[in-house]
Amino acid sequence: MALRGDWVYENNGGTCVAIAGSDYCVIAADTRLSVGYSIYTRDYSKICKLADKCVLATSGFQGDMKALQKNLAARHLIYQHQHNKQMGCPVMAQHLSNTLYYKRFFPYYTFNILGGLDSDGKGCVFTYDAVGSYERVGYSAQGTGAGLIIPVLDNQLKSPSPLLLPAKDAVTPLSEVEAVDLLKDVFASATERDIYTGDKVEIVVINASGIRQELMELRKD
Amino acid sequence: MMELDLSGFESCPLFPGGVVADHGENPLAAASFQLPACSDFDGFQKDAIQMTKPAKGTTTLAFVFKEGVIVAADSRATMGGYISSQSVKKIVEINPHMLGTIAGGAADCQFWHRNLGIKCRLHELANKRRISVTGASKLLANILYSYKGMGLSVGTMIAGWDEKGPGLYYVDNEGGRLKGTRFSVGSGSPYAYGVLDSGYQFNMSVEEAAELARRAIYHATFHDGASGGVASVYHVGPQGWKKLSGDDVGELHYKYYPMILTPTEQEMADTSAA
Repeated sequence: MALRGDWVYENNGGTCVAIAGSDYCVIAADTRLSVGYSIYTRDYSKICKLADKCVLATSGFQGDMKALQKNLAARHLIYQHQHNKQMGCPVMAQHLSNTLYYKRFFPYYTFNILGGLDSDGKGCVFTYDAVGSYERVGYSAQGTGAGLIIPVLDNQLKSPSPLLLPAKDAVTPLSEVEAVDLLKDVFASATERDIYTGDKVEIVVINASGIRQELMELRKD
Repeated sequence: MMELDLSGFESCPLFPGGVVADHGENPLAAASFQLPACSDFDGFQKDAIQMTKPAKGTTTLAFVFKEGVIVAADSRATMGGYISSQSVKKIVEINPHMLGTIAGGAADCQFWHRNLGIKCRLHELANKRRISVTGASKLLANILYSYKGMGLSVGTMIAGWDEKGPGLYYVDNEGGRLKGTRFSVGSGSPYAYGVLDSGYQFNMSVEEAAELARRAIYHATFHDGASGGVASVYHVGPQGWKKLSGDDVGELHYKYYPMILTPTEQEMADTSAA
């Protein structure tokens, strides 16, 4: 593919993970940016705060990530002017889906996870493919380390499907502190076996009191 | 003179060969499809699809019978060989009397079904009556035909109950639109057809029809790696649609695929029960 003279994409590697809880949402992403076997920087944030209770984490091609974030931030500003309020998380979720699909024939090479609180204050995580198909889930991982992380999250967090009838309650039983610890653990493990994941992990926690951020060091090799 | 209302005709204001606008030029302008500026469009699309591996893979089915229409689907989405989700909603509720199914590219189907729902609502507002299944399927088919050749992957069924009774249409990305009484779409459809065709009777009750649909989906998920998750079954009657069941196919396995115990195992089962 890269042999084409007009190939414009590049995979910068990295991993993003998010977990939704009953009254919180945690989103994490590593901070390494790579091209091929080279590391361009160890300090690159893949997380973007779009609204008060809504945060986007993106892995894939960071050029497209930057363009997408700018696009969404601009549209959010217009929404605020027109509606006199911030976009809620499910609103932003559908908007992101449409934004991605409008580039269906020249895709954003981005694998996104949107996290935040819905209007009831419950944590929500939306996971996307590159062209905009999306779904609300209890947890998600995207990027080069996703294949190493998702099985662990399935084991710890898997809950009954929302499609089951009669419906079964699907709330993640973890507390906020346990979820953050779990995220730190999975990133440490993914760093061991994925060359594109490492350096630092940026963890963002959204709950009723607001948004807080912490950084944890990872292996730099 | 009264101005003709042509809003219902505007199925596709976007043209495939559209102008390549500068990216992010005017955020207030109506969004339109940007195209890559390259000479080899088909090759680019092929490579882009290979790179992004959009989610797909599925089994869906629908059939008309005496009491209306039964619509059923699995819930697995795959990206290449990776299962990206086991809880995808493949039966979309277009309005309280019409359902659509998703097969093929998940993003393509989700987007165009949402778009169809909007157009159906606009039709209701403009014409003061609900759109027919014929009309809705035609709207979707015309849109998909205008993007023919550009790599969309959509295999959908529109099922509903309108003034003419139960209706079922199959619509795909080639622009095909077929009216019928029995359809199955997706990678697992051959398996579903086997069970569906052999058990189908026009004069079934709702419970029997739902059971047939559930079995057909289960057997498809058993043999097709790209199908699985939860088998959902909906019924569309004169009062609208209703979800009848959602069962994990892992659980259904023990119901539909009974193990024939060997004598030794039978003994062990008997002693542990005693």
